[in-house]
Amino acid sequence: MQNDIEINNLFFSYDGASVLEDITLQYNSKDFLAIIGPNGGGKSTLLKIMIGLLKPLHGEVLLFGKNPLHVSHEIAYVPQDTIANKDFPIKVLDVVLMGRLSKSKFFAPYSKEDYAIAYEMLETVGMKGFENQKINALSGGQRQRVFIARALACDAKIIFLDEPTASIDTAGQMSMFQLLKTLNKTVGIVIVSHDVNVALNYATKVAHVNKTLYLHDVSKEESFTLAQNPKEHICPVELICARRCNHLHKELL
Amino acid sequence: MIDLFSFDFMQNALFASVLVSVICGVIGTLIVINRMVFIAGGIAHGSYGGIGLALYFGIAPMLGASLFALFLGLLIAYITHQNSTRIDSLIGVIWAFGMALGIIMTDLTPGYNVDLMSYLFGAILSVSNEDLYGMSGVFALVLAFALLFYKQLLAMSFDAQFAKLRGVNVTLLYFGLVLMTALGVVIIIRAVGLILVIALLTIPPYIAEKMTNSMGSMMLISSFLSVLFCAIGLILSSFFNLSAGASIIMVGSISFFIQFLYSKWRAPN
Repeated sequence: MQNDIEINNLFFSYDGASVLEDITLQYNSKDFLAIIGPNGGGKSTLLKIMIGLLKPLHGEVLLFGKNPLHVSHEIAYVPQDTIANKDFPIKVLDVVLMGRLSKSKFFAPYSKEDYAIAYEMLETVGMKGFENQKINALSGGQRQRVFIARALACDAKIIFLDEPTASIDTAGQMSMFQLLKTLNKTVGIVIVSHDVNVALNYATKVAHVNKTLYLHDVSKEESFTLAQNPKEHICPVELICARRCNHLHKELL
Repeated sequence: MIDLFSFDFMQNALFASVLVSVICGVIGTLIVINRMVFIAGGIAHGSYGGIGLALYFGIAPMLGASLFALFLGLLIAYITHQNSTRIDSLIGVIWAFGMALGIIMTDLTPGYNVDLMSYLFGAILSVSNEDLYGMSGVFALVLAFALLFYKQLLAMSFDAQFAKLRGVNVTLLYFGLVLMTALGVVIIIRAVGLILVIALLTIPPYIAEKMTNSMGSMMLISSFLSVLFCAIGLILSSFFNLSAGASIIMVGSISFFIQFLYSKWRAPN
């Protein structure tokens, strides 16, 4: 069976400094893949290579068996919440409508169907009633939900999220991941996160990236299932060390 | 006052104000939300080189300025699109290069044949019928660009990476926007001069941005504000015998400060 994402022997560097080395990864959209690792370890870079925003130095990246840029209408991307321009004149509904760009006629305004889909997706993410608010008047968590609605409006097979909870409080993070978990029943979820707890409680596959990649299968690895205790969800200790590693993290236990 | 507007030159000036204001409203909105104000400044000042070249070779100065502005626009779009660091420094160089070229070319031109002040500070009261044709052309082009690509422009301005993944040719659209800015800037130079272009491009959108949550209405409000500034500026300039371009900008600047203080007073935190 063909994998939805297939990465073979990928290398990447920024201006000569090696960022990713010999990455190999297979992913199917039934999985909830969390990419974790230390800052500067190459998580976001790997995500951007997967969707074709960056080109690998060496190696092969296939999305649905094709060049990622040729299938970008099949995927959706939720970028990091980095809105610098806080007065940008756009309301929530118009942001979600952007997800319909590649499905609607080029010169025509968005159709009634596009609007119906936008309203529906806002309801799915629990943001019904916010349609006419200015996007930047929302809180970080609400804004991320709108961006997820926009990704859903794309009618994508896989949604890629880059640190979607970076600016959200813990309660907000948990409800966000609950939402993603629910969505994962119908679409693939690939998420970059600095938060190990996410990996333990919601992801089915965990890729630890620090130049190299090690893939953990959450359901099969006993150490993970033992640590999966929702009642002790908030862990005060950062569990991932910044060294390169290619082994299972015994320190989790 | 009624008498004032019965003069041909005043009617031309008012008509030009409306055309220029809509161009300002549309292009100004796009450059403000895309943070391209400095790019517009570079093109505006750099286009002085085109005026110098036109004088030297004996062609129409506004034509020379337009062609040169388009050339600078392409250059700047290429540089900024490469995403290199120090974009601001590079634009600063182009800005200064254009002005120096303009001054040297006028030095080399025998005789001091034109009123250079009119290019620096505008000459809206001496707008000819030919100028109006040129302005109408750019007006139509800018409106068509904004209306046809409205969805794509909004998506690119808000989130260029997302727009790219949704199949928008962001590179082409960005080049288009910079070229439209170049054309718009040259037209606005006719009204308020190249020194004051930036004010007319940024003040109305800046004020409008606070009043709305849609790009389209930001364009409409900016255009309306710009017409208002031009009309009040023109009236003041003829009553007190002041430069029209500077009066227009002064009205705009004072409105800007009033709005700024009002928003600070409304939200003290």
